[in-house]
Amino acid sequence: MKNFLKVLCFSLLVITLFAGYANYGIPQIEPALPPVEEKLELGTMTMEKFIKLGERLYNGKGTCTLCHNPTGGRAPLLASAATVAAERLQDTRYQGKASSVVDYLYESMVEPSAYVVSGFGKAGSNDTESPMPNVAANGIDLSDAELKAIIAYLQDLAGADVTVSIPTDAAPTEAKEETANPPPTPRTALDTPAAIIAKFTCGACHKVADQVGAVGPDLTTIGATRDKAYLRRSLLDPNADAAAGFMAGMMPNIYSEQMSAKELEMLVDYLAGLK
Amino acid sequence: MTINSPRSNNRARRVWLAFLCLSLLLILFAIGLPGVDGGLAHAAEASTSDVADAPTYLPAPKLTAADYPTIKGVNSRIAVWLAAQLHLWFAAFVLAVPIFVFIIEAIGMATRDKRYDNMAYEFIKVSITAYSFTAILGGLLTFLLVLFYPHLFQYMSTIFKESMFYYALLFFLESATLYLYYYGWHWLQGEFRKWVHLSLGLLLNAVGTLLMFLANAWVTFMMSPAGVDPAGVFSGDAWAAIHNFLWNPINLHRVIANIAYGGSIVGAYAAFKFLSARKPEQRAHYDWMGYNANFIAISALLPLPFAGYYLTAEIYAYSQQMGITLMGGVFAWLFIIQAVLIGTLFLSANYYLWCGMGRSDGAVRYHKYIKYLAIVIVGAFLVWFTPHTLVLTNEELKALGGPYHKYLGPLGIMPAKNTAVNIMILFTTLSFIFYRRANKVATVSWASAGNAIQIALFTAGILNIFFLGIYHGYFTNTVYKVAASIPQVLTTLTIIVSSTIIDSLMYRGAKEVAPLHWGRVSDRSQYALFLLAVAFTWLMGLMGYIRSGIRQHWHVTNVFRDASPDAFTPGLGYAANVVSVGTILFMAMVIFVFWIADVSGRKTPTDAYWKTPSA
Repeated sequence: MKNFLKVLCFSLLVITLFAGYANYGIPQIEPALPPVEEKLELGTMTMEKFIKLGERLYNGKGTCTLCHNPTGGRAPLLASAATVAAERLQDTRYQGKASSVVDYLYESMVEPSAYVVSGFGKAGSNDTESPMPNVAANGIDLSDAELKAIIAYLQDLAGADVTVSIPTDAAPTEAKEETANPPPTPRTALDTPAAIIAKFTCGACHKVADQVGAVGPDLTTIGATRDKAYLRRSLLDPNADAAAGFMAGMMPNIYSEQMSAKELEMLVDYLAGLK
Repeated sequence: MTINSPRSNNRARRVWLAFLCLSLLLILFAIGLPGVDGGLAHAAEASTSDVADAPTYLPAPKLTAADYPTIKGVNSRIAVWLAAQLHLWFAAFVLAVPIFVFIIEAIGMATRDKRYDNMAYEFIKVSITAYSFTAILGGLLTFLLVLFYPHLFQYMSTIFKESMFYYALLFFLESATLYLYYYGWHWLQGEFRKWVHLSLGLLLNAVGTLLMFLANAWVTFMMSPAGVDPAGVFSGDAWAAIHNFLWNPINLHRVIANIAYGGSIVGAYAAFKFLSARKPEQRAHYDWMGYNANFIAISALLPLPFAGYYLTAEIYAYSQQMGITLMGGVFAWLFIIQAVLIGTLFLSANYYLWCGMGRSDGAVRYHKYIKYLAIVIVGAFLVWFTPHTLVLTNEELKALGGPYHKYLGPLGIMPAKNTAVNIMILFTTLSFIFYRRANKVATVSWASAGNAIQIALFTAGILNIFFLGIYHGYFTNTVYKVAASIPQVLTTLTIIVSSTIIDSLMYRGAKEVAPLHWGRVSDRSQYALFLLAVAFTWLMGLMGYIRSGIRQHWHVTNVFRDASPDAFTPGLGYAANVVSVGTILFMAMVIFVFWIADVSGRKTPTDAYWKTPSA
């Protein structure tokens, strides 16, 4: 019995150590939630919103940044994709049917092997076959409108004229998705700054209210040095004015989508009052 | 030696032949019928009327959260997760044990050393109760799937109906063979009968492996579906669905991992018995048993990282997205935990070997090297454990000048880790070579030359591994960074195989300078065997989470979406807690299995209880 208890304690200790390390020894990163299909209001969409939609799809549902990022080196960077497209169309290695920049960008997403950037082909294919999946299928399932929104974003990103037109209706696939997975009902707007700060976990990075985050700037007296316009811009486009001493790109660019106008203004007023 | 009468031999022959014919018929029936998995190659020859009569299949259903039944107070995902994981742990164990029992029995037959036969019997005895647990948990898993995920089960059973049907039938053959193999152990002894028994062991392994491959097909179909169109409509080709992209990589990985795992569990059994033994001969027996179990576990552990690498490379080849999700996304940190666990496995296995060198006074010659082996293995472990990107506060980021540490950052990339793991494997091989030599001195005339060749082999190989890792890791672009892996692996395998062959030839007929005293080993060393078993169990659970997790919010990747409230991928801490609970449950059941195996050998004197029969 003594040995049994010793072995039991030893085994429990080992399991506890492993579990403890997994919980406290490494950063706890919560994986992204499954993507939720949303109905696109294309009829009332401005080009600016369309570009924003493209950016969101590029960083989210499209999973483009999984490979097209500066650290992995697995796929070419796309900052100038819209400006180099014209050269690609003239390249002897180009195998596609596109005749314009928009068509080329569209084709590169649904038939990625039409042109493979040197060094980024599948191993052994001599850059004739792309490892990239067709993003209109394969579980990514971008609709025609979504693909065009990404093209608009890429053209804007490259500083080129945005020549893609906004489709008049969402693709039928989206309508089907919507039937199968109805969008969540709109959430009720939060009614206090504390509730907004808690909901959007501002305190994970910032020192604000009773939260003591240390990754981002201290906001306890932010109203003394920043006006409402600055604060509003910081929430809607966090990279527009990265605070001195803090790296750009650290704060998620999601609040313009997830925060209601009422919540945004309430939070701006609250922050502006912190002096 | 057992002397068998010609009559009993003939009877055994008849039983054996009848059993063999029946088994072969069942196997042929299972794989040869037209329209069944193995016979689907004939599908192309189907006539027009056959095509007209062919069943039409529906696309994968598009579900909503309401389509998933619930039971108040029960989390369906955790219930299925734990049942599946417990079933897998036991299945891995009961499939692995017959593999090495078969080998040990064959060694016993070749050497006519009864100790091997006794040890093989004791191993299979432990697995008998575990076999019942495997079946019970498999049944529980099926019920839970039908209950909580009926649409998924229906979809899967539409595609795999034949293989599921024959899988269930094959269990009869598996059970009959196992029971005959175990209960007939002492009956099937002697010349011909022993061969019959060994053949039963072979059949048991063949059926067990076939069962596992069928179950692997269902799991890998969910990861890399084949035989269905993008909407999930089944083409009718069940072989295509079985022979999907990741089937063989998983088959290979699981066979090797099962052997390592089975070795670690019976090692824990031997350690438990060693610690409980009171008589010196019992301690000697269980020490010897533990050593052999550890040897089995290490032998399978050495090639396991290569099988894992092959599986990962195939995942990337199947879908770069899935590969990046596996290695570059949220799961990247899981591999740091994996490094800690595998480092634990290597360190505990080496520690056990070093302690075991105390069994022979001849090992004193090698004591001075142990500290260097330990330094290198711990160093390699630390490199493997070093993360590439650090999660830091802003102050730390500023102080460091970026997310990568100046010196440690370069050690976080894959070529450095590949180099570290190869070095760790080679130094574990060295530990084993020292252990083997502990009580012997080579007497062949070319012993000095043999040693020189081995030193040269290790030196050149290690330099080559370092060169490949450094060159490809730091002097080529990203695409070629992992190009060093295969030549590094080949270098390691070449060294292991060549040095083992040289060592075997060199120590053939070697002089024993100090005998091995089985049982002369510290109790502490036995805890290394427990550590091995617990770490293995926990690691398997963790890797089960990632294997399933890389499907993300899909039941069947890109074909059948998971719309349940639990469709999200759980975080590492949450998964680690579920795995820990599962490990505790499994270890509790395993200790029960050990206890039952022990109880079966106990006898209570009952002379006073029973009536003495009248003369």
